Amino acid sequence: MIGNFRRVRLQRWLSFSLALAFGLLMIAPFALMVSTAFKPHAYVLEIPPQLIPEEPTLDNFVRAWGSGDFARYFLNSVLVTASSTAISVSLSAMLGFAFARYRFPGSRLFFALLLFTMMVPGMLLLIPQFMLARDLGLLNSLWGLIVVYSVMNLGLNTFLLRGFFSAMPQALFDSASVDGAGPWRAFRSIALPLSRPGLATVTIFSWLAAWDEFTWAITILADRELYTLPIGIRMLQRAQSTEWGLVFAASLIALAPVLVLFIALQRQFVSGAFVGATKG
Amino acid sequence: MRLGRRPALRLGRRPPSHPGAVVLAEPWSSRLRRLLPIYGLILPGMLLFAAWALMPILQSFVMSFTDWKLRGDSSFVGLANYMRALDDPLFWRSLSATVGYTVVTVSGQLVLGLGAALLLNEKIHGRSVFRLVYYLPVITSWVIVSLIFVWLYNGQSGVLNWFLHDVLGVIDKNVAWLAEPATALWAIAILGVWKGIGWTMVVYLAGLQGVPHELHEAASIDGAGTWQRFRNITLPFLRTTTTFLLIVLTIGGFSAFISIFVMSTAAVGTLGGPLNSTDVMLTYTWKQAFQEIDLSYGAALSFMVAAVVALISIVEFRFARQQEQA
Repeated sequence: MIGNFRRVRLQRWLSFSLALAFGLLMIAPFALMVSTAFKPHAYVLEIPPQLIPEEPTLDNFVRAWGSGDFARYFLNSVLVTASSTAISVSLSAMLGFAFARYRFPGSRLFFALLLFTMMVPGMLLLIPQFMLARDLGLLNSLWGLIVVYSVMNLGLNTFLLRGFFSAMPQALFDSASVDGAGPWRAFRSIALPLSRPGLATVTIFSWLAAWDEFTWAITILADRELYTLPIGIRMLQRAQSTEWGLVFAASLIALAPVLVLFIALQRQFVSGAFVGATKG
Repeated sequence: MRLGRRPALRLGRRPPSHPGAVVLAEPWSSRLRRLLPIYGLILPGMLLFAAWALMPILQSFVMSFTDWKLRGDSSFVGLANYMRALDDPLFWRSLSATVGYTVVTVSGQLVLGLGAALLLNEKIHGRSVFRLVYYLPVITSWVIVSLIFVWLYNGQSGVLNWFLHDVLGVIDKNVAWLAEPATALWAIAILGVWKGIGWTMVVYLAGLQGVPHELHEAASIDGAGTWQRFRNITLPFLRTTTTFLLIVLTIGGFSAFISIFVMSTAAVGTLGGPLNSTDVMLTYTWKQAFQEIDLSYGAALSFMVAAVVALISIVEFRFARQQEQA
């Protein structure tokens, strides 16, 4: 028995060492990015790379925030993300509630259509959405971003929230309908207050998807002052003599809210991972 | 009409899972009154959805059979755009690049994600910290991780060259990883694997919870080694999880776009470069649509991508089912 115990301990130790080595490999790119963001320009490509900067400086962050239009990009991202998340979450809550609690002519068809579009590759939508935006004069405008970002998570959000609303006991709604409350009252006063965790999850996903969206933004935006963070950060990188400290400082500013959310709400992130991460 | 009016109380009570046999008895005016607010709930969302997702897909499908131009008339050309793709060597090239990228990223993520899940399924110290660290690349945006790797892959003084040349000594001289046609796509695929391991791991960890512990204990009492137990107990129990991952990760591989966009333009200045070596199906489609402004050809290409993805998913699903029955 003692031999067995020893073997288990040895194995556990081995697993720990492997996990550690692997973890170092996974975090190395981040560690190097953070350290570069605190280095003066002369040191960003030094050989061998120093993990702890010799002359740490906040200069890159100050310059990233102050230079050019970066604060503008941040503001654009906040504006677009907040409005599209609000639209997407409220519309999909209404949809999810109707599909979960009522059967009505067309309900199955409408829900199936929503799910079907979830599986359509994004590139397929990109071209016709571009033409629609052109016809409506939404190219090169933040409105064009807001409307498409509101739609892009509608199917997934509706699907998740429908699950939430379906799980509520019917008895809750029975007493309300005896009192003569219609679907809207039931939605606002019973369903919504009880689905806060579900609403939080879809809010996080919609927020994250819009905050990081790249393809649609680079397709329709032309003016610098309309750039969102992903586009703006990419433009900081230049063919020759990129100021990598600046690029990474800007990246960290964009990443900060995501990290805060992730660490605070790890469970929602990971539980939703099964459905959320299919789109590249 | 046999039942006449139902008692008013029952109206709201009917459980939604039973699309009522008695609905017929309801007079149309009360039916309308009952249904109207429900349609009101779905109307705004469905309108937005129809205008910006449903109609566009249909329109794109129709457009792929025309020679749509920015100005002037467009006419119906039948299958010409699809035939053109089949004759287009760059399309085939992009298909093979996509398949290569997908094979590497899917197998890399499956193997390493499973490995990570097995490690973290044991009771080791700092498990939650490790899980967080492995998951970090998943939540970081593609633009940011792509820029980090552009910097790591730098041809003159990148960290990777320093490590392989100065530390390990396995390469003779520095390599411009993203500027060499022979290495560029694989360098980007490594980023794809690194970014996806954490997600694959989380899914596998969930799957591992379904492997009965007693089976492992019984097998090890019977003298089965770690490998034998893994091969004969763990893997069969993970079959459904693996099928799910295989399909989802394949779709992910075919959707590669942002990393290639950022890295190829950063390294050589042309999307899909150097020498089209990183031009996958989506970058090729995007270029046709938005650089060549050939939107109807782009639409046809995007439907072909969708068809290929659907076909592969079905084949993978069938294959997995066959394995299960065998």
